[in-house]
Amino acid sequence: MATLELQDLRKSFGTTPVLHGIDLALRDGEMLVIVGASGCGKSTLLRLVAGLEVPTSGRIVLDGQDVARRDPAERDIAMVFQNYALYPHMSVFDNMAYGLKIRGLSKDDIKARVQEAADMLGLGPLLDRKPRQLSGGQRQRVAMGRAIVRHPKLFLFDEPLSNLDAKLRVTMRAEIKRLQRRMGVTSLYVTHDQVEAMTLGDRLLVLHQGVAVQLATPMEVFERPANTYVAGFIGAPAMNLLPGTLSHAGSAVTLGNGMLVPFADGKRDGADGRQLTIGIRPEHIRLDHTGVPMQIDLVEPLGSETVLIGRLPDGELLSVKVPGRGPATDQVMIGFDAAALHVFDAATGLRLG
Amino acid sequence: MERRTIFAGWVLPVLLVAPQLLLTVFFFLWPAGRAMWTSLERQDAFGIRTEFVGLDNFADLFADPLYLDSAVRTVGFCAAVAVLAMGTALLLAVFADRDIRGRAIYRTLLIWPYAIAPAIAAVLWVLLLHPQIGLVAHGLKAIGILWDYKLNDAQAMTVVILASAWKQVSYNFIFFLAGLQSIPKAVIEAARMDGARGWRRFRTITLPLLAPTMFFLIVVNIVYAAFDTFATIQALTQGGPGKATETLMLKVYRDGLINLDLGSSSAQSVVLMLGIVVLTALQFRFIGRRNAE
Repeated sequence: MATLELQDLRKSFGTTPVLHGIDLALRDGEMLVIVGASGCGKSTLLRLVAGLEVPTSGRIVLDGQDVARRDPAERDIAMVFQNYALYPHMSVFDNMAYGLKIRGLSKDDIKARVQEAADMLGLGPLLDRKPRQLSGGQRQRVAMGRAIVRHPKLFLFDEPLSNLDAKLRVTMRAEIKRLQRRMGVTSLYVTHDQVEAMTLGDRLLVLHQGVAVQLATPMEVFERPANTYVAGFIGAPAMNLLPGTLSHAGSAVTLGNGMLVPFADGKRDGADGRQLTIGIRPEHIRLDHTGVPMQIDLVEPLGSETVLIGRLPDGELLSVKVPGRGPATDQVMIGFDAAALHVFDAATGLRLG
Repeated sequence: MERRTIFAGWVLPVLLVAPQLLLTVFFFLWPAGRAMWTSLERQDAFGIRTEFVGLDNFADLFADPLYLDSAVRTVGFCAAVAVLAMGTALLLAVFADRDIRGRAIYRTLLIWPYAIAPAIAAVLWVLLLHPQIGLVAHGLKAIGILWDYKLNDAQAMTVVILASAWKQVSYNFIFFLAGLQSIPKAVIEAARMDGARGWRRFRTITLPLLAPTMFFLIVVNIVYAAFDTFATIQALTQGGPGKATETLMLKVYRDGLINLDLGSSSAQSVVLMLGIVVLTALQFRFIGRRNAE
């Protein structure tokens, strides 16, 4: 149970800056997911909080105390690693008990805590096994158990599900969420998987090239992405991004193919002719006889819906998600849902309005 | 994974194996067979008559207090060399495993002693420790320690142990370093997150994970100390003063080639050979078990 605050946290490896000043505040009991493509610095951020790396500058305030320069042993933080990092020479019980032994708990306390965690995770019958005798999912559970028994101030998860197969991942995802809620431990969860990010996080931090581009609830990030990077990163299939120019005194946009779309939510600043990037999610494009033609290159049936990938008359790539099986023709007429339009500045990529 | 090659006939495989087999026959099977045979014979003092005496040579050997002394001495010597060589190597490997500046140079330097011939290494040690001209000897005398390993039994033993261990540190170092580097970084980090530090973390995480390397090296070091240190000891002390540094290996040499008691010397060789067989079998079994895991 604790709050965590990062203040202008920076990290460089040699002369290469990896994190450019991260500010972040976690409420007590909150689960915050850090999401970004590989190399965005998300793992480094987690390792800084863990104490496995030393920040170049900035403060890490855990429960009111700056722990940025402290050894992990003095931080009371537990971490679940991507490849589990179980102690191969110890039994499941000893793996979970290790941190407690180090802290000098009594034998009875250790037994009680391990038993409690084992019951929670369904590890009871496996306590005498060695890690190599366990399946991937079971190892994952032991890694979780090792964190849980500690009753730490903070949980850190470093892509804990990425080594599991798809089905197990869904189960474990739900389990992690349930456990975190139940224990109410403040948590930082790092992932590159947007589904994990959307489902697990109370809030998301989208990291791009060492910069925090957006910090908001998952739905907010989805509905109002702060820039074109977030827009393209969150949501599958990815949001369509089309070039356009401001027109009609800021109340509409003219797309490359001459199509005019009025803004449903008011005017945007700037002179007519200002370069824009227009974002529209595939599910917000509808089949419309009065719209523009799209040449279909590829049809991806997903069962309950179908993704059409094709080209507009001016050559712009576009994907469209339609319910059901989709049309049998190789050309469709489409129209944009004006209310679902995202408007970004073409030069900076930042959201306008 | 095991790879099998299928040959059509038997001529090529035999040709391919022949050189190795020839070497084994001429340099191992034949002399070893001769030694075994000789160990059952006794020659008179002038080498004129040889008679078959069965296991008498072995019986004499195990009744000989000098031989038993030498055996005990060898065990002590092996233990000391193994502990010293492995301890030092482990310490150096732990340092080399850290992210330090000039790590590559440091590692290369540590591997050098392995490339030096035993006799040359012994000469280096003589230059350092010689009672009259040695650097270290000078230093020791300066602080009031009477140093003459050519007269003092304990000092002589210390010198041969030091020189022998030093030669083996490089070898152990390479294996320990490889062993340390094969421990997943995340496991060590997990231990750090669990609050384990310094010696405690080393003892409870690193050391157990090094155990396979450790066991392998124990066998290798014992074999080395028992059988490969002949040149070093011979160059430094020739087994003296008296018999203070006479290991079983030196005794085989002295009894056979100096004292020309071929029967007894051969019997000693056979005993040593059995020792090697046992150690090798132990090691093979262990490596086999490791691979099976």
